[in-house]
Amino acid sequence: MGVVFGTFSMHTKQVTFRTDNVDDELEMTMVCHRPEGLEQLEAQTNFTKQELQVLYRGFKNECPSGVVNEETFKHIYAQFFPHGDASTYAHYLFNAFDTRNDGSIKFEDFVMGLSTLLRGTVREKLEWTFHLYDINRDGFINKEEMTEIVRAIYDMMGKYTYPALKGDVPKQHVDVFFEKMDKNKDGVVTLEEFVLACQEDENMMRSMQLFENVM
Amino acid sequence: MAAGVATWLPFARAAAVGWLPLAKKIMPKPPVDKKSRNDEILFVNVSGLRFQTWKNTLDRYPDTLLGSSEKEFFYNEDTQEYFFDRDPEMFRHILNFYRTGKLHYPRQECIQAFDEELAFYGIVPDIIGDCCMEEYRDRKKENQERLAEDTEAEMATDTPLPPHSTHRERLWRAFENPHTSTMALVFYYVTGFFIAVSVIANVVETVPCRPLKGSKKDLPCGEKYSLAFFCMDTACVLIFTFEYLMRLFAAPSRCKFMRSVMSVIDVVAIMPYYIGLVMPENEDVSGAFVTLRVFRVFRIFKFSRHSQGLRILGYTLKSCASELGFLLFSLTMAIIIFATVMFYAEKGTKGTNFTSIPASFWYTIVTMTTLGYGDMVPNTIAGKIFGSICSLSGVLVIALPVPVIVSNFSRIYHQNQRADKMRAQQKVRLARIRLAKKGTTNAFLQYKEEGGFHVRLFHDAALCTGFLLYILYIHNHLLHCLEKTTNHEFTDELTFSEMCMTESVGYRTSRSTSISSQQGELTSCCPRRAKRRAIRLANSTASVSRDSVQELDTLQVHKTSAGPQSRSSLNARTEDLKLNCEDRDFTAAIISIPTPPANTPDDSLPPSPAIPGILRNSRTSSYIHETVKISSL
Repeated sequence: MGVVFGTFSMHTKQVTFRTDNVDDELEMTMVCHRPEGLEQLEAQTNFTKQELQVLYRGFKNECPSGVVNEETFKHIYAQFFPHGDASTYAHYLFNAFDTRNDGSIKFEDFVMGLSTLLRGTVREKLEWTFHLYDINRDGFINKEEMTEIVRAIYDMMGKYTYPALKGDVPKQHVDVFFEKMDKNKDGVVTLEEFVLACQEDENMMRSMQLFENVM
Repeated sequence: MAAGVATWLPFARAAAVGWLPLAKKIMPKPPVDKKSRNDEILFVNVSGLRFQTWKNTLDRYPDTLLGSSEKEFFYNEDTQEYFFDRDPEMFRHILNFYRTGKLHYPRQECIQAFDEELAFYGIVPDIIGDCCMEEYRDRKKENQERLAEDTEAEMATDTPLPPHSTHRERLWRAFENPHTSTMALVFYYVTGFFIAVSVIANVVETVPCRPLKGSKKDLPCGEKYSLAFFCMDTACVLIFTFEYLMRLFAAPSRCKFMRSVMSVIDVVAIMPYYIGLVMPENEDVSGAFVTLRVFRVFRIFKFSRHSQGLRILGYTLKSCASELGFLLFSLTMAIIIFATVMFYAEKGTKGTNFTSIPASFWYTIVTMTTLGYGDMVPNTIAGKIFGSICSLSGVLVIALPVPVIVSNFSRIYHQNQRADKMRAQQKVRLARIRLAKKGTTNAFLQYKEEGGFHVRLFHDAALCTGFLLYILYIHNHLLHCLEKTTNHEFTDELTFSEMCMTESVGYRTSRSTSISSQQGELTSCCPRRAKRRAIRLANSTASVSRDSVQELDTLQVHKTSAGPQSRSSLNARTEDLKLNCEDRDFTAAIISIPTPPANTPDDSLPPSPAIPGILRNSRTSSYIHETVKISSL
């Protein structure tokens, strides 16, 4: 008899009690971040008021809550580089922007980072790039860290490239890089070595100027 | 959506600084925008209700009325605003579309009015967001069905035949819609009559008639008047055969017709007669022959052509087949259980009817369906107890699933429709993703072919969509920078696989295509590849999908050429390339990337990098890609 009734169980639905989660989610949606005043930001960065306004309007439109977390970051980068996998590079970039290491980028972080990269001095830009490469923030770039970064960049290219990616191209790239940068051949690159080597590189200096003053 | 791209683009460019130390080559120069792009607020007056919005907001969708230069036609010089004499309530939703990128369908509005507004503003309804898509589709289908019913009712009364139709077509039409011509109607009723006659004859011929003189036994009428019945049978079968052959002849697709249910029924109805004709009068075989006559009863199913109700019933049963099967299965289980119990309970009794478990099946079925013939009854007390339990549970087992099946029918019916829709949508979505991925590569390659090495300046007249074009160029410049960093280039899937096979193709020749008029060379060494590159871009519309496909649109600038599509004529036409907003047709290519679905509705996950709503250009024919030289000021 029980079997007979058991056969009707196909129509019962699983009722999950999700009220607790819903409350949590509601709480999370309440969290909202507002940036400091416009004047303060203008003083701290190299942007004008109008530029900050335009930047914030776009930022707020995309992230109404005022913060960007890593998932969103990866989304954004995936849109720009759909061919390959941009998530690893996005991860490193996120850490570079997230100066406070709290897992989210607020508008101030965003704008400060942009200010350095677009309007900063050459030294500042190089320092920023050094911090990007220095994954564990120990002040040195070793070969492993560099290989990670280079692999992440090559991942963005995707599979279909010309010429085809054969062999361990990232590793070769890293070797070339270290040849150039590591002056005292101690296996790590310090900030000073990095800055010096980059300033000697004519091509790089010219390329860097391209990214100046663009919005 | 361009808004999302525009917002994050400076940031992506800045982050490209991180590639510089690694780059093996110099970065290409970025596009420079001479015009300062100060955003301005536009005033839009819709029947008195004044709306204000940024110009950039409207520019996001250049394929629509508000996004293109078409709105200039509505500009009022005196009041310095755009005036539209349309529904202001609806306009709110239209404007929200520009702002958020999602089109919502207001539930209280009439579906046709909404459609008309969308058509006026040049917005394709396909981009309605998922939250409102189902409602929109349901309402639209309802509306269409109602209209269809009305027109059908109209059509039923007077239906002019399409001109120049062959005899075959006319015959088929007569068979399918008997109301079209008198002949068809006559034929319809005649066949109906003969089906009835045949069925009645089958029934009557088994009735016992008064016996022949001098015999005591009652004969079935079939044997007494065997000749008469045989003649009637022959006549019916002749009519049915004739009808079947005519249908077969008239059918537009004979194979499909022969496989349809109705034709199978027709064949089954007439085959016994012919087999009976062929078979000899043999004792052994006549037993089988008798069995065949049973199939004559299938003629009654021929009525389903005449009756709508039968068809619906058939469809119901077919769609509820799983439910029915389940019911049958559970019944079988119950029967086996109770039969076993009853058999062992009654085993001891002398002269019992419950001789075996299969014999007890009959008792169980009769009891569970509350028939209770009384030919088998339990005698022992245990048997009676179990028998009563059996009959009680029978009531439940039979009675409960029936309303479930009824409700299942309506649920399954609607669900099937929705599942088919979603499957089709999914297929379209996947195809769009694949196409858009190709599209982005093509877009980038095209940018490079146009000579992205040089600084590109923008013509004044292009300002109406210059912003988006500029974004496109910046994005492509970024991809170019990445190429320079890694010293590898992007290609599309096909060229990549080709290149894997033919390694010997040199760099320059293999890469130049016949499209680029600047190089002026028609390389035809790889015409297939070039042709593939030359064409068509995603003329696809996008809609925000449930599993959060993120989309980025790139604009493709094409010049439609009305002339011959041969490649040799391309060079000739490039002299008069001038960039005008009016001449260009913008096709938006969508790059859709499936992203991991957001399981937790994370607040910081912004809804609108889910960029929806790129509009399909109305001209969906394949374009010839011509290099458009964007002239400087």
